[in-house]
Amino acid sequence: MSNSASASPEAMQWDSRARRVVMLWVPLCCFLFILLFPFYWMTVTAFKPDAELYDFATHNPFWITSPTLAHIRMLLFETSYPSWLWTTMLVSVGATFLSLFASTLAAYAIQRLRFRGSQYVGLAIYLAYLVPPSILFIPLATMVVQLGLFDSPMALILVYPTFLVPFCTWLLIGYFKSIPYELEECALIDGATRLQILTKITLPLAVPGLISAGIFSFTLSWNEFIYALAFIQSSENKTVPVAILTELVTGDVYQWGALMAGSLLGSLPVAIFYSFFVDYYVSSLTGAVKE
Amino acid sequence: MDTTLSATRAQHWSRTRRQPTALGRLFDSKTFLIIACLLPTVGLLGVFLTYPLGLGIWLAFTDGTIGRRGQFVGFENFEWLFSDPIFWNAVFFSVFYTALATVGKFALGLWLALLLNQYMPFKAFFRAIILLPWIVPTVLSAIAFWWMYDPQFSIISWVFIELGWRETNIDFIGSEWPARFSLIAANIWRGIPFVAISLLAGLQTISPSLYEAALLDGASPWQRFRYITFPMLLPILAIVMTFSIIFTFTDFQLVYAITRGGPVNSTHLLATLAFQRGIPGGELAEGAAIAVSMIPFLVFATLFSYFALARRKWQQGEGND
Repeated sequence: MSNSASASPEAMQWDSRARRVVMLWVPLCCFLFILLFPFYWMTVTAFKPDAELYDFATHNPFWITSPTLAHIRMLLFETSYPSWLWTTMLVSVGATFLSLFASTLAAYAIQRLRFRGSQYVGLAIYLAYLVPPSILFIPLATMVVQLGLFDSPMALILVYPTFLVPFCTWLLIGYFKSIPYELEECALIDGATRLQILTKITLPLAVPGLISAGIFSFTLSWNEFIYALAFIQSSENKTVPVAILTELVTGDVYQWGALMAGSLLGSLPVAIFYSFFVDYYVSSLTGAVKE
Repeated sequence: MDTTLSATRAQHWSRTRRQPTALGRLFDSKTFLIIACLLPTVGLLGVFLTYPLGLGIWLAFTDGTIGRRGQFVGFENFEWLFSDPIFWNAVFFSVFYTALATVGKFALGLWLALLLNQYMPFKAFFRAIILLPWIVPTVLSAIAFWWMYDPQFSIISWVFIELGWRETNIDFIGSEWPARFSLIAANIWRGIPFVAISLLAGLQTISPSLYEAALLDGASPWQRFRYITFPMLLPILAIVMTFSIIFTFTDFQLVYAITRGGPVNSTHLLATLAFQRGIPGGELAEGAAIAVSMIPFLVFATLFSYFALARRKWQQGEGND
């Protein structure tokens, strides 16, 4: 009662402008700067000529005086970068479709067909998500060799669903839950078969969920590293992240310009993809966590 | 009159209903549908997840190398590993890396989430741009960090020298402890967005009426955080933290891209050590044994998650999952 600071809660809630700048905008700008600086540095390095790159004394390193496309040209025409991009695209799209197919059916069975023990199947799939690739890649490498898939993008397309399917199933179970069950009951009364219900009622309504699962799968497969490193040997079959680290790093002198140009080009497809679907991303990420 | 008419119509309609074909009946049988729907997932996960998990545990107890099926050798691999200082160093660094990176990620991530939860213009834009480090392939941003940690041309060193804070270049990844802290910093950088966005989602589910009630009761900002925000956030915090711990402990990409376990094996995580011994080194069994030694830790983290989830259900009443 006598405490003057707590006398008017309104005054505490509506902070003064200066306080708001210090408490909100300064830390937020620091966060933004730190989180985005590596990308800025990547971009600047990719377009800098070598002379500026290694001479901080005469050129301000934060800016480019004479931008050049030399690194990107070298990357596109003197390395197999286009074929790495193509492999990565192929693997990501293949793995995405395979896991979408499997996880849609699984999520439908678990959430809608409701059989005894369905929640245990759901739990098992959730647990599968907690098995990290780091403990699977050695036995998988021996399997891949035995199946004759070593050094083939097919191995990656088959293996990536191990971490994509649990995530997508989990996301889609949550999505199917939000579709009213009454719609399916109506269709059943009207004489639709269960297959018709799935293809004509549930799937069209679940399209936003499918898009979310699809973009997540695509990004996760594009970013995958350890399987691609362990299963692929020949240069032209490598995916972009692996190829940049193993093919462009040669000897003791690093071609930083080319390395950064490669990183930039390899990040751009996911970044562009992300910018188109940013709302799906944020909502599915937060939705999956809230589940 | 009207009702009798519709009743006869219904009878008539049901009589001429097309009989489903055998295939149609098969697809209408619930048991068949359940099996057909679960088959792709169970097949994929069984062949490429459960089987390799078992195979990995089996491999850890053999002396297999690349191209040779091993013989069962019992705990020999583990005995050998337990007398290997490099292995113990990897265990130490994995725990240290996970602990420090998790604390950093969650402290900064929670702070960022609290900032983003306030009213501000362009909120959606900020939220979108903050996720970038999480979207971009980890290896590629790790290479950018590698370049920023360059012994000669590090931009961070340059700024520090220009500002007069240091005389010489900072040795980021050339010696043991600086290399460890540099890797942890890169991991925190990558982890902040995911933590912040997940916790932001949790913050947005907290009802404003709770804060209004607390304000009326004269609660200070710290009290509001301590007695409202934090307890309400705890369930999501527990889940996100379990995920974060599991994937930080088994991290591979950052360390492999920036230091490859060097200098002198001081920054090996268990995953990078398993890779180095198993794939380029060819000692599959030893690599598998290192990988298997991560499992107890993961089981512990999963149980933690399970009980956190169970507690959440208990808090909110059943049927709310």
